[in-house]
Formats: sequence, structure tokens, C-alpha cells
Amino acid sequence: MSHTPFIIGAYSIGAIVLLWCAFAPLLRKKSITRDIRRLVQVEERSRDTNT
Amino acid sequence: MNVETAKTNKPRKNAFVMFIHKMGSPPWFYNFTGKFIPWFWAIFIVLTVWGLYLGLVKAPADYLQGESFRILYIHVPAAWMSLLIYISMAIMAFIALVWRIRIVEILAMTSAPIGAAFTIVTLAAGSLWGRPTWGTYWVWDARLTSELVLLFIYLGIIGLYNAIDEPRKAARAACLLALVGAVNLPIIHYSVKWWNTLHQGSSISLMGGSSIDTSMLWPLLIMAVATKFYYGANLLTRARVKLLEQDIRKAWVREVLKEKNG
Repeated sequence: MSHTPFIIGAYSIGAIVLLWCAFAPLLRKKSITRDIRRLVQVEERSRDTNT
Repeated sequence: MNVETAKTNKPRKNAFVMFIHKMGSPPWFYNFTGKFIPWFWAIFIVLTVWGLYLGLVKAPADYLQGESFRILYIHVPAAWMSLLIYISMAIMAFIALVWRIRIVEILAMTSAPIGAAFTIVTLAAGSLWGRPTWGTYWVWDARLTSELVLLFIYLGIIGLYNAIDEPRKAARAACLLALVGAVNLPIIHYSVKWWNTLHQGSSISLMGGSSIDTSMLWPLLIMAVATKFYYGANLLTRARVKLLEQDIRKAWVREVLKEKNG
């Protein structure tokens, strides 16, 4: 029995899981930054209409 | 203690207390920890490349297991991390419940997904090692089953934290669950001694040394250190993002983003 597919499989799963775990917070940060920018724009617009 | 010693000790103690107080401040924590993250990632990458080179290329094949033993360079460090992260999460959960420090709550809760990721890697890599070595992907052995229970506890903590809308109440409930779940840690560790299991006992111990040849041991130790830096970098990244998310309407968040964008 060749062991190579098992070794490649184990390291591939490890790489996918750990890469996803590392990149997920960066994607979340991007969406939060976008939300904050939108919030600031809404606040500025409402301030402008009030004045 | 004479007056001179007392005078010299006082500012040092104050500096430490000041540091702890500063760490409790979200903007300070955000800026301070941000400096370490790129270094942690860089050290992790260098150590991983070095460890994998030694483990996959330089180390000789095992005389009993053959080439499949190379899976252990990801399985064993991941298994150690799944336990170590739980220990650190349980300690932080205890501190968060007793002293109600928000940043410690966040650190405890952001540890859970990283711990769950390492537990998934442990189970998957172990299963792929088991097929050529034991002839099966899975057995309901005490070590394997208790590690699976650890994954369910991690998932339970993540689920409970996300199920409650108020973040501080959610963190307190999930911290309590984390403390209760700590009972599984000695079961995992001693399972190979308490029960007659298919899973082998430890080849390395802190006190008793190692039964592994040095050429095979070094890559394992390097990978074990690398995963600590992965945890550090990932934990700080997640904690900073969580702080931004919770303080989205606070002035410091806007200032930080304004500074970053110029």
C-alpha cells in the first residue's frame, strides 16, 4: 500500500483548515471596515440635512 | 526590606500594573498587539517551512510505520495545540468570570475557533495515519473518542457565544461552559493509561525525555513551536477584529481606521 495519498491528504486538510482559520478574520475585518465607512457616510449625510 | 529597596521596587510594580491597565483599554490593546502580528506570522512561516523540510525530506522513514509516520509532523503538533488552546481558554474564561475583563472575555472566545480548527486537523490527520498503520480510519477508542468530544465542546462554546445577542452575557455563558468542559482534558491526556486503547502512549514527555530518534524529533519540536506562533498571530487578529465589531459605534474605532487609511 502506497502511503503517499494519505500523507498528501493529511497535509492538504491541515493546510485548508488552518488557512481558512487564518483568513476568516481578515474577511470579517474587511466587511466591518465597509460597515463603519457606510455608517460614517450616513451620519455625515444626516448631519448635512439637519444643518 | 529597607527603605532603599522599597523605593526601587515601587516604580517597577507600578509599571506592571500600568501595563495590565493599559491592556484593558481597547484602543491601546488594538494598537499594541497589531505590532506583533506580522512578526508572529513571519516566525510561523519560517519555522513551518524548516520543520516540514526536515520532517518530509530529511528525516528517514520509520522502520515499522514506513513513510506514513510523516503524518505525525502535523497530527502531533495539532493535537498538542488542541489541548493547549483549551487550557489557555479555560484560564482566560476563569479570569473573565472572576474579574469581568472584556478583553480577556474576547481572547477566551476567539480561542475557541482556533482550538476547533486544530482539533479537526488532529482528527483528520490521525484518521489518515490510522488507515495504513492500524488498517482502519476510525475506532471508538478512548483517546479518539475523547478528542472528538473536545471538538464538540469547542463547537458548543462557539455556538453558545453566537446564540446570545448581548456579547458580554454571551461571553459569560460560554466561559462557564468552557470551564465545565475542562473536565475532558485529563480524560484525553490519561485515556491511553486508564484504558487499554489502540492509540499508542506518549513517545515524548516533559520530564521523561523522548524515545524518538533526534533526526525525527527535531522536526516535530520545530513544528510544535511554529503552531504556537500561529495561535498567537491568529488569536490577536481575531481579538482585534472582535473589538472593532463590538465597538463599531465608538470614536476610537473611527480614529484607528482614519489613521490607517491616512
